Amino acid sequence: MTSMTALTSGRYRRGELHEFEAAGQPFMYLVSAGAIFALDEGANAVLRKLGQVDMSHAELAQALRDAGYDRADAEELIRELLFVQGIVSDAVRPAVAPSPATPPADFPLQALVLNVTNQCNLACTYCYEFGADKIATPQGKPKFMTPETAKASVDFLLEKSAGHQAVHITFFGGETLMNFKLLREVVLYARGRAEAQGRTIGFSLTTNATLLTDEIIAFLSEHEIGVTVSMDGPPDLQDKHRVYKSGKGSYAVIEPRLRKLIAQHRTRAITARVTLTDGVTDVIRIYRHLKDDLGFHEVGFAPVTNSGDRDYMIGDGAMDEVLAQFHELAAEWLEHALRGEMHGFSNVSETIGELIQGVNKSHPCGAGLGLLGVSPSGDLSPCHRFTDADTHTLGHIATGIDADKREDFLSRGHVSAKYECQTCWARPLCAGGCHHEAFVRYGDTGHANLHYCDWIREWTDACLRIYGAVSVQNPDFLERFAARKGLS
Amino acid sequence: MKHLRPVNRKAARIDATASLLEEDVVALQQQPPKPHIPMGCTLSFSPGWEVDAGGGTAGLCQPVERDIYDCYVTCFWPVQVPDHVNYSPDWASNCAVATKDWRNLDLVFP
Repeated sequence: MTSMTALTSGRYRRGELHEFEAAGQPFMYLVSAGAIFALDEGANAVLRKLGQVDMSHAELAQALRDAGYDRADAEELIRELLFVQGIVSDAVRPAVAPSPATPPADFPLQALVLNVTNQCNLACTYCYEFGADKIATPQGKPKFMTPETAKASVDFLLEKSAGHQAVHITFFGGETLMNFKLLREVVLYARGRAEAQGRTIGFSLTTNATLLTDEIIAFLSEHEIGVTVSMDGPPDLQDKHRVYKSGKGSYAVIEPRLRKLIAQHRTRAITARVTLTDGVTDVIRIYRHLKDDLGFHEVGFAPVTNSGDRDYMIGDGAMDEVLAQFHELAAEWLEHALRGEMHGFSNVSETIGELIQGVNKSHPCGAGLGLLGVSPSGDLSPCHRFTDADTHTLGHIATGIDADKREDFLSRGHVSAKYECQTCWARPLCAGGCHHEAFVRYGDTGHANLHYCDWIREWTDACLRIYGAVSVQNPDFLERFAARKGLS
Repeated sequence: MKHLRPVNRKAARIDATASLLEEDVVALQQQPPKPHIPMGCTLSFSPGWEVDAGGGTAGLCQPVERDIYDCYVTCFWPVQVPDHVNYSPDWASNCAVATKDWRNLDLVFP
């Protein structure tokens, strides 16, 4: 009996949630779960009332009855909101679900990023691997991955991913295609090994597109290898930073190759990944060029990673301008979705995919969890961005994962270890942001990326509103979108 | 749920949990809706502390003094009384009227 007395004797306040409106309806995004609920008038009224003051059970129930709800309905309303933690009572705390501080030692791998070479034929001025903020220490290490290391990596992935029917290998560099010979060998070897186990293996690669040939394109298409092209836009923007060592821009070299790639590679989506830098912030013009002129299926944008002290970094004012253009493309994304069409702006698509699931991340990404990077020498790292960095090795392909180092990396990167994140409603999706970005900026992979917080919240809110609108006006689209993205 | 409509998968899972819990466990004095209590049954499962739906003893199907014996013969009370079907058929033979003779009920050591 005491518990019931306590239940109604406490005072209610709003739970941890982010409210938003879409298609004229109120919604809430619940931070403890990553769940999205549409609110009816009554639920919205409760949150309005508790937005101003805390209320006792009797006060809240009375207020609802005054607003025309009958007694049973008012009680049900309160009970539902308490259940989902849209409101919380100071007298009764829901049991805290046990959350493992560190993943189990046998957490299965799902993907490997093979850095098949650390060499590159371009010299992009902002490169995180070679530029001023590099953390890689490749001196004295192999420049190209050997077939032995690559095959050992494939075996390692298949062994450590037991339980996963499908696994994935991403090829990365340096410039990946400088070691296409190895890539081809790995694909054939890995396919064979996976088939022998009755499993499937998928592939993708990132490239600067300068070395694409008909033969390579045919191979990529035949083997359904996803391609992401790092490029920054039309000639004037591409050639600003993405240059050869001589300083010559790379646009003229890649343009005909891209057109061939997009025309001839029909088995996987071809994606462009744009790095935004000082002077390269013309998001809409870049998008139009890559999507409409060149024909990329998807285009994603990210501001350049840097220490906060580089002349190519984007200033706060320019970043606001970037966001404004993001919003414009986001509005277009929504129009497409309402017509039942896919739009290629992946900054929205990625977030919508996560919102469909209702992800609630312990870590910002899979680095060190289901994903590891392998350097040309066979060193393991949390992801491709830490390749060849002595300070961040997590073992070696021959000796396996260094459990202590991995645990240190993961416990640092856990969202609950990031003080500033604890009061942020966007943490289920963001979880503090990229480990590598944090290290470059703050010297600690476990530091929250504070320089992006406002933008992340603004962007997450924008994507929530898109999500809400589609869920009201064209809910079938979300189902089809989920199926297309392979969200199970 | 009536007032909250789940619009993503995580919300749908929470909603599914909510409907599982619906009327699964209710507080005894919850108002409303009141839990349905069959007349005569106790709401408490601690021998010696039986109460009826109103929190008293008047509405129980038998006087509290008789519950050990009557549970033994006529009702289900699985642990606290000896097994009169298999092992202790004569356990209550010296206890004709429980309110008077309950001291004759002996302990049984299995």
